[in-house]
Amino acid sequence: MANVRISDDALAIACGADAVAAAFEKAGHTVERVSSWGMQWLEPLVEIDSKGFGPASPADVAAILDGSSPLAIGAIATHPWIASQQRLTFARAGKTRPTSLEDYEATGGWKGLKRAKDIGPEATVQEVLDSGLRGRGGAGFPTGIKWKTVAGAKAEQKYIVCNADEGDSATFADRMVMEGDPFMLIEGMAIAGFAAGATRGYIYCRSEYPHAIAKLQTAIKASAHIVAPFILEVREGAGAYVCGEETSLLNSLEGKRGEVRAKPPIPALVGLFGRPTIVNNVLSLAAVPYILSEGAKAYAEFGMGRSRGTMPLQIAGNVKQGGLYETAFGITLDKIVNEIGGGTASGRPVKGVQVGGPLGAYLHPDQFDIPFDYEAYSAVDALIGHGGITVYDDTIDMADMARFAMEFCAVESCGKCTPCRIGSTRGKELIERILARAPRGRDTVETLPQMHNAPTGQRSLEDEVTLLEDLCETMKFGSLCALGGFTPYPVMSALRHWPEDFGLRVTEPAE
Amino acid sequence: MNDVKAKRLDEIIASHSGQEGPLLPILHDVQAEFGCVDEDTKRIIAKALNLTRAEVHGVVSFYHDFTAEKAHHPVLKLCRAEACKARGVEALVAGAEAAAKGRVEIETIYCLGLCSVGPNAMIGKSVHARLDGPKLAALIEEMA
Repeated sequence: MANVRISDDALAIACGADAVAAAFEKAGHTVERVSSWGMQWLEPLVEIDSKGFGPASPADVAAILDGSSPLAIGAIATHPWIASQQRLTFARAGKTRPTSLEDYEATGGWKGLKRAKDIGPEATVQEVLDSGLRGRGGAGFPTGIKWKTVAGAKAEQKYIVCNADEGDSATFADRMVMEGDPFMLIEGMAIAGFAAGATRGYIYCRSEYPHAIAKLQTAIKASAHIVAPFILEVREGAGAYVCGEETSLLNSLEGKRGEVRAKPPIPALVGLFGRPTIVNNVLSLAAVPYILSEGAKAYAEFGMGRSRGTMPLQIAGNVKQGGLYETAFGITLDKIVNEIGGGTASGRPVKGVQVGGPLGAYLHPDQFDIPFDYEAYSAVDALIGHGGITVYDDTIDMADMARFAMEFCAVESCGKCTPCRIGSTRGKELIERILARAPRGRDTVETLPQMHNAPTGQRSLEDEVTLLEDLCETMKFGSLCALGGFTPYPVMSALRHWPEDFGLRVTEPAE
Repeated sequence: MNDVKAKRLDEIIASHSGQEGPLLPILHDVQAEFGCVDEDTKRIIAKALNLTRAEVHGVVSFYHDFTAEKAHHPVLKLCRAEACKARGVEALVAGAEAAAKGRVEIETIYCLGLCSVGPNAMIGKSVHARLDGPKLAALIEEMA
């Protein structure tokens, strides 16, 4: 009788892991449901005696058991895709049962919290500062500075809020932490609470992640006695993308419309219910137990420049070998897409890659040598965001993707500021006209005799493109938050690198 | 509102009495239990939480998860975000509508976090990946 390990991650389940597990049980074997290794193209991945088989279906069970299955990939831990990673945050991925306290303790769990309590709150904040950890949600703000601000604020009640509203397409690292290693997130939040003097914490998780919410609830119950007096609660989002923005998330937690708040005041001083609040991304908080247990220096040794530590990359879209790949900063896109990802799933040439979700820029294969680093990306008008990477093959129309970026912004805008609320709708209409090669004519007002300064003729395609550039400029600098402010990134990068998709003649080679 | 529903609504509101900012958790429970948040419900919740009806209405109408009316048919949420677009979801949309023949509502959702194995869909709380035309049609047929 074999001990079979199969992931109970939502992705594995969506690919049919439950049926495979049931088939092994029916054949008389014990099935252990563990977290996912992150080799998603192989899910459902079956592990027997450390050896892997995938992607498996119930029909493959007999062949896997008698050793004749062509799905065999050999030992998983030494598979080049896993062995070449630097897994700090995802050290337990694939190895433990997500909601087992026993497994968590046996693999170094709670060591960080224990050390924090030994060295005291001030030294704990200093460790996080020294580690160079920057907010993994996208903005890249130094986590330690946030903590220091909240720790220094005086208030009866302070809060730790975990931003688990992972709405960006091509991101799933937060989900994998919550589903695969929920105790690590809880430990990170408890450390934050201890360091800042906060006794209450909320995890705001999007409603599209029911499996993550269920696992967190189980884990919070099981670990309540360990993190006490810190009290944790999961709150479910309600399908609004903008609630991933920290101030709108706070409004949502308070039971209001998820509208963005103007800053200042910063949430560290006036946050949830007006109290000092640390708002950190799942990955930032999940990195904390390692930093505390192994020391700031150990973490800061990874990475380059001002981007320290590791980043869990999420390789997705039209890619052969998609999944979670945690590695130190500094890796090139060429390596990520062509080597690790193995090129496109369709086998066609890569046309472009979007890094950082719906608000991230499209990068052209000519830019694939840029190192993965916060500063290097902003130097070329791109962003790392949450580390999501969507690969596209040459069948995609970049002008249509630019249109979608505007459409998405229009659907998800909270409506508080004008550049985002109206700019996105006008931007969508504008790109639709460009796509239809139907520039706008004069409208009724423009033809009035009083409007003698208005242009008389129909706009040319170039006029429409100039208008689009102006609109993007306004949205970028006039919006309250990153939704309106960053939507121009995908639009402008598409326009810059693939002008032919917009019907423009290419006069000079793209940068 | 009938008595049974009113009683159940009171129970839901009472079950969240200890929470800070209880409106969203209450609305989630109401939506799950009754399939929508209707006018009468908004008034009762507003009164219980000492809010105006307008404030509650503002919240209900802001979030995609809360609806003013019950869905007439079972709902399949198809992800049409970037990663699923890169994997060809747009080519499946027309076929899905044709297969549904009005018996299933095909809604758009943006991202289920299964971005390397799309196109993906969600039905209730269950998730489905690696969809193609026939698989999606089979899912729809099962629901109809």
